[in-house]
Amino acid sequence: MAGSYGRNRKKPLGTMIITGIVSIALYGLLLSNQDAANDYVSRGGLFAFLPIAVAFLFSIVHGSFTGKFWTVLGIEAAKKKKEVK
Amino acid sequence: MHDVVREAANFINLDIMNITYLFIVGFIGGLVSGFIGSGGAFVLTPAMMSLGVPGLVAVASNMCHKFPKALIGSLKRAKYGQVDVKMGIVLGISAEAGVLYGAHIQESIKKAFGDAGSNLYVSVAFVIILAIVGGFVLRDAWKTYRSGNSNEEEKVTKLARWVQSIHIPGTMVYFKCLNAKISVLFTIPLGFATGMLAATIAVGGFIGVPAMIYVLGAPSLMASASELVIAFVMGLGGSFKYAMHGLVDIRLAMIILAGSLFGIQLGAIGTTYVKPFMIKVVMGVIMVIVLFSRGLMVPVYLSQLGLIQTLSLGTVKILKNTSFAIMALALLLGASIVLGAMWKGRRAEREAAAQEVLEHGKI
Repeated sequence: MAGSYGRNRKKPLGTMIITGIVSIALYGLLLSNQDAANDYVSRGGLFAFLPIAVAFLFSIVHGSFTGKFWTVLGIEAAKKKKEVK
Repeated sequence: MHDVVREAANFINLDIMNITYLFIVGFIGGLVSGFIGSGGAFVLTPAMMSLGVPGLVAVASNMCHKFPKALIGSLKRAKYGQVDVKMGIVLGISAEAGVLYGAHIQESIKKAFGDAGSNLYVSVAFVIILAIVGGFVLRDAWKTYRSGNSNEEEKVTKLARWVQSIHIPGTMVYFKCLNAKISVLFTIPLGFATGMLAATIAVGGFIGVPAMIYVLGAPSLMASASELVIAFVMGLGGSFKYAMHGLVDIRLAMIILAGSLFGIQLGAIGTTYVKPFMIKVVMGVIMVIVLFSRGLMVPVYLSQLGLIQTLSLGTVKILKNTSFAIMALALLLGASIVLGAMWKGRRAEREAAAQEVLEHGKI
């Protein structure tokens, strides 16, 4: 557990921009169709799969973006846990 | 019921202020969750309700942001080798049963004693559990800090050594985080209690993480990381249950998720810079402060039930606002400790790197 976490030297700027754009597009789509989104989701029953699928989609895209965001800012895991005193 | 929900959910006007507010609360909640494996929900649900969201919709929407957040957090911490997926799934499944049973108890209390009775039950559960577990966790962290052994490997408690020594044929499972086999007859009640607490006070991790550390013998970092797997399993099941009734406000859930995914990544990174006992410090501090926050609400509910003298509306308002402010303070303080510890860790790493370069220069 206390091994090397490694560090990616190359900043993933391109991936961050792409996932950022897709993330903004997804949020734009959701917020510009609020009534329709709530209408479908609040139907319940089999429509219960809808919020679950949306949550998975947003978490993959936005989660990837936020991960790359901190990497591009230079905020990454410690090189080696045992070095920290 | 669906019409009421739909009407209430559509009624919420999401302007830029509301969105920013939820995003920031989500970020702070995510930061703490990424670090200690849970937390945030106890502020997020009231935060949504303060915007006029009905209680059940707030709980459901919080749940629907929790499982994708926990998924990303656990994937991140798995990269650092901190997650025991098997432990998370085994505890998560029994936690799911605990959630269902906890929700059933809540419903029964609500039927018998109304909203005030249900709120009183939640607050008393908060106060008792957080006083015992939070006090113990904080005391342990303080003892580690005072002993000057904070750099050393964490010691497995006597209780955990006993649990690991019990061999019950047919029930033994090997867990990576313990590097030992234990009987699932021990993990089932712990998972169940985690779920029951999650259904009652929304933060199952306040039982799950200390249980993994003190009862099973897992290191703090692995316990808090594996808690994210439990949160994912519980959150997914809970979200589906609420979504079946159409109670999730997907806009609220996704806006909170937007902030919390920034936070959870940062909190997870933070765990690689700190000494393991910092997990206990953050968790203990939050638990003890939240205990006071909920304790303040006990007289309000006692008064509503007619068990003590009726409190004036002004007093109730002051107590409610103070309670919420203390709860927000707990989360902010937890987040500050995480960021502070991370900043110190990063500085120490930079200094060590600079020292290394200097030594190389001399040679």
